[in-house]
Amino acid sequence: MSFVPGQPVTAVVQRIEIQKLRQGENLILGFSIGGGIDQDPGQNPFSEDKSDKGIYVTRITPGGPAEVAGLRIGDKIMQVNGWDMTMVTHDQARKKLTKKREDVVRLLITRKSLEEAVKHSKGSHPRQ
Amino acid sequence: MGVSIHGGHRAPSAGFDPHHLSPRCASPTHHPLPAPSPPCSPTSPLLLPPSSSASKIDSLRSKVDLLKLPLALSTKSISERKIQLGGAGERRSAGGGGGACTARSPPTRDMDNESQYSGYSYKSSHSRSSRKHRDRRERHRSKSRDSSSRGDKSVTIQTPGEPLLDAESTRGDDRDDNWGETTTVVTGTSEHSISNEDLTRVTKDLEESTPLECKRFIGPALGGCLSFFALITPLAFLILPQVLWRDALKPCGTPCEGLYVSLAFKLLVLLISSWALFLRPPRATLPRFFVFRCLLMVLVFLFVASYWLFYGVRVLEPKEEDYRGIVEYAASLVDALLFIQYLALVLLEVRHLQPAFCLKVVRSTDGASKFYNVGHLSIQRAAVWVLDRYYNDFSVYNPAVVNLPKSILSKKMTGFKVYSLDENTTNNSTGQSRAMIAAAARRRDNSHNEYYYEEAEMERRIRKRKARLVVAVEEAFTHIKRLHEDEAAASPKHPREVMDPREAAQAIFAPMARAMQKYLRTTRQQAFHSMESILTHLQFCITHNMTPKAFLERYLTPGPTMQYQQQSGRGRQWTLVSEEPVTSGLRQGLVFSLRRLDFSLVVTVTPLPFLRLGEEFIDPKSHKFVMRLQSETSV
Repeated sequence: MSFVPGQPVTAVVQRIEIQKLRQGENLILGFSIGGGIDQDPGQNPFSEDKSDKGIYVTRITPGGPAEVAGLRIGDKIMQVNGWDMTMVTHDQARKKLTKKREDVVRLLITRKSLEEAVKHSKGSHPRQ
Repeated sequence: MGVSIHGGHRAPSAGFDPHHLSPRCASPTHHPLPAPSPPCSPTSPLLLPPSSSASKIDSLRSKVDLLKLPLALSTKSISERKIQLGGAGERRSAGGGGGACTARSPPTRDMDNESQYSGYSYKSSHSRSSRKHRDRRERHRSKSRDSSSRGDKSVTIQTPGEPLLDAESTRGDDRDDNWGETTTVVTGTSEHSISNEDLTRVTKDLEESTPLECKRFIGPALGGCLSFFALITPLAFLILPQVLWRDALKPCGTPCEGLYVSLAFKLLVLLISSWALFLRPPRATLPRFFVFRCLLMVLVFLFVASYWLFYGVRVLEPKEEDYRGIVEYAASLVDALLFIQYLALVLLEVRHLQPAFCLKVVRSTDGASKFYNVGHLSIQRAAVWVLDRYYNDFSVYNPAVVNLPKSILSKKMTGFKVYSLDENTTNNSTGQSRAMIAAAARRRDNSHNEYYYEEAEMERRIRKRKARLVVAVEEAFTHIKRLHEDEAAASPKHPREVMDPREAAQAIFAPMARAMQKYLRTTRQQAFHSMESILTHLQFCITHNMTPKAFLERYLTPGPTMQYQQQSGRGRQWTLVSEEPVTSGLRQGLVFSLRRLDFSLVVTVTPLPFLRLGEEFIDPKSHKFVMRLQSETSV
């Protein structure tokens, strides 16, 4: 998940679609995010590369829509509904996730275990 | 006897008076008018037959000579108004009762509820502007403000014959409860009439120009004598033996000369410091003794007296021969005097410098307040201290500015007539007033609304007038310019008229006079500035090359009271009202007030808080910063 500046970022991603849950007059997703280009990346407990300023999932409400959809703690969010999340500020990320008009968010997330799984599968099965 | 005029014709005028509606009345107050022509209104000249009241006028005149009269008059008229108008009248008291007419309304009128308070006092507190301005203003006022009672108000002007006291006391029987609203008080229409306002002014002038009280100078004179005596004493000690028994004295050489020199210098120092510290004209007379000063004078007296006593017993009697001893004796006296002077310095000048109390001074009429820090003083000294600051810090007291115009307040109380059905009429008044207050409180009243709009209107008017004034003054100032010497010589073919400052001021005063007058009227300042004073100020500004703005600063904001003081040497009379003896020191929770004729300053004492100062050391190298921690947002 580290990136070389100037080169496109490659990652193995998983698509997750979360239906927003209406709670009172808010639409909630049921997780918390951390990170952003204006934050301190050294504090991020989930990133491998401590200079990674991406958006990470830091907490998941048990039983919430995010957990139901398959989001796990420590995931890095790469895209939200097509919007890039690798080079955004914390506030921009929050805004993209909490748009009032959208009922559903489609995330592209990546995690370490995905990489492992792909490596295993690549190793065991030759790529067709 | 009286003459009725019925309200109808009101000439629209540009002059106005924002707050007051008064029935038109004859108030031939400040002019010594020829008797039959009071210039009240152009429509119906009121003829008040003076002949029948000549005797009464004489009695009035004799009463006028007694200067106690105006105070009685004004209090009476004030109390009358108070009763009628629910207390709003006392703020008008500055103008006194005079300068207006009595109006007796016929009892069948039901327009009383809408009538406004009598504008007498407002008029009388003004400067002597022309009558027609005032009348125009009244008429315009009544036209514009009082819509309901405009056409039907009829007032009766009573003859001025009876003096004021009688007019107050003889309440006719053909009145209803509300006649007081339209009542104004007239003094006299004869040419020797003198308004109540004039009377109060004369008393004020008189009291302020009382002949120099000798009491004022007793203290300093006594102190002066005592110090002179004390300074002479050492010299006397030295000289007397020389004069009386010169031959028997033992000569003393060098040590004596040293003592002489030191004695001379110490005396010189004493003299100079006494002159610098104590020989100042006193600025205030205190009601009680100034304790420290008395203490010091007693001390000096005791010292010197005891020294003389010993001198007399030990030196003069036995004709002491040891001259050196005598010189040392005199030198010790001078030392003691120096120490007493040190004590005086500390007690009188230094002790009260360190602040210990906070005084809150509030003016009773308009609530202007200030906070001051003072040190340890007695109450009377603190009062003098406060008054020093009062003249500089407080804006001048303007009796024409009140809290709420009566038009708003009076409506509350006049709406109800209370009838008591109870046979037992002992507590009539309290029950009645309580009932009225309760009813008024329950009634939904919009006086706050009116107050708000009135305030907004007033504000707007003042701003408009101020704009006109500023423009007028600016234009006026462009008409003249300073002539330099070389210019005068350089243009001989265009001889300009060269004016001195006074003429220049008069030349440019005319275009701005009207705007200035209107502005002063609107802000109720016209009592403080006469035409003459404005001209003088204009001349002053022109001489010192001031801009129009600098000229106007005196009029745009009400300045401190000091600005309006005439330089009379007699001083101002203030009364210190206090529950504690005035020589006791200040302490927490003390309240005293300083009263003048028409207002008072209430002073509250609180101690300054004790400050506990701690210390914290910050290493300059410890200023370090990091990016903010990962903030977590839940979505």
